[in-house]
Amino acid sequence: MASSEQEILAGLAEIVNEETGLPTDSVQLDKSFTDDLDIDSLSMMTIVTQAEDKFSVTIPDDEVKNLVTVGDAVTYIAGAQA
Amino acid sequence: MSTPPTVVVTGVGATTPLGGDVPSTWRAALAGTSGARTLPYDWVTQYELPVTFGAPLAVPAADVLPVPQQRRMDPSAQFAMIAAREAWADAGTPEVDGERLGAVVASGIGGVWTLLSAWDTVKERGARRVLPLTVPMLMPNSPAAYVSIELGAKAGSHTPVSACASGAEAIGYGVEMIRTGRADVVVAGGTEAAIHALPMAAFAKMQALSTRNDDPAAASRPYDADRDGFVLGEGAGLVVLESEEHARARGARVYARLAGVGMTSDAYDIAPPDPSGAGQERAMRLALQDAGLSPADIAHVNAHATSTPAGDGVEAAAIHRTLGDGVVVSGTKSMTGHLLGGAGALETIFTILAVQNRTAPPTINVDRLDDGIEIDVATSARELRATGDLAAINNAFGFGGHNVALVATSA
Repeated sequence: MASSEQEILAGLAEIVNEETGLPTDSVQLDKSFTDDLDIDSLSMMTIVTQAEDKFSVTIPDDEVKNLVTVGDAVTYIAGAQA
Repeated sequence: MSTPPTVVVTGVGATTPLGGDVPSTWRAALAGTSGARTLPYDWVTQYELPVTFGAPLAVPAADVLPVPQQRRMDPSAQFAMIAAREAWADAGTPEVDGERLGAVVASGIGGVWTLLSAWDTVKERGARRVLPLTVPMLMPNSPAAYVSIELGAKAGSHTPVSACASGAEAIGYGVEMIRTGRADVVVAGGTEAAIHALPMAAFAKMQALSTRNDDPAAASRPYDADRDGFVLGEGAGLVVLESEEHARARGARVYARLAGVGMTSDAYDIAPPDPSGAGQERAMRLALQDAGLSPADIAHVNAHATSTPAGDGVEAAAIHRTLGDGVVVSGTKSMTGHLLGGAGALETIFTILAVQNRTAPPTINVDRLDDGIEIDVATSARELRATGDLAAINNAFGFGGHNVALVATSA
């Protein structure tokens, strides 16, 4: 079943929190993974892998570089679920 | 030529089957507590393991470390990090130039949990599902690297790998780093997290493990006539080593001196020790010589004493030949189980505390001393020589014929 964008954001925030310890409420749509959340490329790959499981989607490795902000990821996951 | 620095111990840290830190572990050891129990994991029955018990941590790492650290570290690194933080705080968080601070953290097996779960992922879900931190998590130097990062240790970080001698070898190496002038302070020890189906199946297959499934607490019984193998434990022990000059200058509390290091190899067999015990004896003699002591100076030995039928007898004979009758021997694996790469480090901590407290911890489960064991085994906590300088040896031996003996003396 497809999740709403709000549900995807909340789910991503949980994954980011477990991976990095950042509080969930710091994970906002307009935040950049690297510039605002200080997530390195290895952690980003881990987060993407977790997100694939959580939302039953596939995010190709080539696509990850285009996911600059949390909003980019939410939009991509919502689209992939549709 | 200037004399090499004297090396002292100013901090200790551990997480073990007996406790989540050194004070609780030491109290449990003096009380003769067993850390062995039936393992509550599904895989024990799922894979029909012939041995259903071990000595897991008393306080799971998951109760101590934040989730992000758990996710980025193999359990072996998690245990080392817990012990490193305790040891560093216990030493009073020494102020030291990072370039004069080293980290030597050993492991016998390395990140076996990470390796095997990543392999499961590849088989079940394909290569692209493997997590990108898999290699930094499984590599055996990961605990040393994490400790060096945590403390800013830039004089060098190293990982001796010598099976069950690894933890003691790491401490010996740390001593040498200070003596040779590479560092003023070194955090050193060992860690292991091998309570996993594969190592347990493999150790069981070589008949190294006790199969006393109906009575885990009685299974590790060094020197007892009915011993039938070791109990697999897990955990880490780390010490803060420091040049005496550096420690005195900052007014640090000193537990003991690490006065002698002896390391030899049997060059005999990949698993059992040379039955003559010659390599073990030579390690103890070299450690004595290094410390400038004679056999009569040694009051206590924390023996390697795993509770295997062959190993204990060889070591007991080597101790007796080297040190004679006047020495009190403890086999603390009777309580902790065998921490493999963590064992020699935890037992060095026990040796240091025995010297500091003038008390030898007990060897539990010795109901009937095996014939031919000529050493004085402490079956309950025993006071060591009431007055005067005190010296003790910790022995650690590993598959492949690695022999390490360390001498601790009262500060």
